[in-house]
Amino acid sequence: MTFAALADPTRRAILTRLASGAASVTELANPFDMSQPAISKHLKVLERAGLISRGREAQRRPRRLEPRPLAEATEWLERYRRFWEGNYQRLDALLDELKAVTKKRGPTKRQEKSR
Amino acid sequence: MSPAGSLNVTTPSDRAIAMSRVFDAPRQLVFDAYTKPELLKRWLGVQRGWSLAVCEIDLRVGGAYRYVWRGPNRPDMGMRGVFREVVRPERIVATERFDESWYPGEAESTLSLVEQGGRTTLTLTVRYESQAARDAVLKTPMAEGVGAGFDKLAEMLETLAPRT
Repeated sequence: MTFAALADPTRRAILTRLASGAASVTELANPFDMSQPAISKHLKVLERAGLISRGREAQRRPRRLEPRPLAEATEWLERYRRFWEGNYQRLDALLDELKAVTKKRGPTKRQEKSR
Repeated sequence: MSPAGSLNVTTPSDRAIAMSRVFDAPRQLVFDAYTKPELLKRWLGVQRGWSLAVCEIDLRVGGAYRYVWRGPNRPDMGMRGVFREVVRPERIVATERFDESWYPGEAESTLSLVEQGGRTTLTLTVRYESQAARDAVLKTPMAEGVGAGFDKLAEMLETLAPRT
């Protein structure tokens, strides 16, 4: 659920805002130029994903960030990204080589085996 | 179009990972590098002492492929799958499954290549059978030790934002 919750830019912006302190729904709605129900919907998604929690103050019920699940999700993604970055950097180098070979042989022979 | 080299990773759902990357090469070459065994062995998963020891590809709908990586002091790691769609040189849909139990269930990957002005935008979407399957991908020995090592929230959230 965490990844789906993080897929939305408004929800990421809400988390960034909450990183600097707890905030009520009204406080969160203001900077986003969104209605309170719209913000509440996003908050519900974040809450279900365990990324935020509600404070006890009866009136404001401030939302606060739960940093751990966020850290776990982003750490996973960052490792995934690094794994593929490594692959694609090697692919870059290989493509440079293939381009050089293609140029030498001329475009008509491009389909041939690269040996 | 993003500059060549920056990898964009997004999570359209909890079971899917989407990546996009621009390569400074025509898509026929990118397609070749993805589908010819002698070329794949040069780049796919060959890091930290691992080599792609077996790479067999029968590139047609219903055709199978088989990859086996060999690592230092570790058992081999194999993966296999079947091609569901092959459109040269722009699109491949295939199933994938690792041999061992660290990868519960099958995944389906869709590779798409779009060429513009001699450059190719690659988009790869992998849909896993379950969230557990998705999580298990990084437990494969090949991906071990690819550390993240950051702790600031802004940086974390940035890794999720599309890079422009």
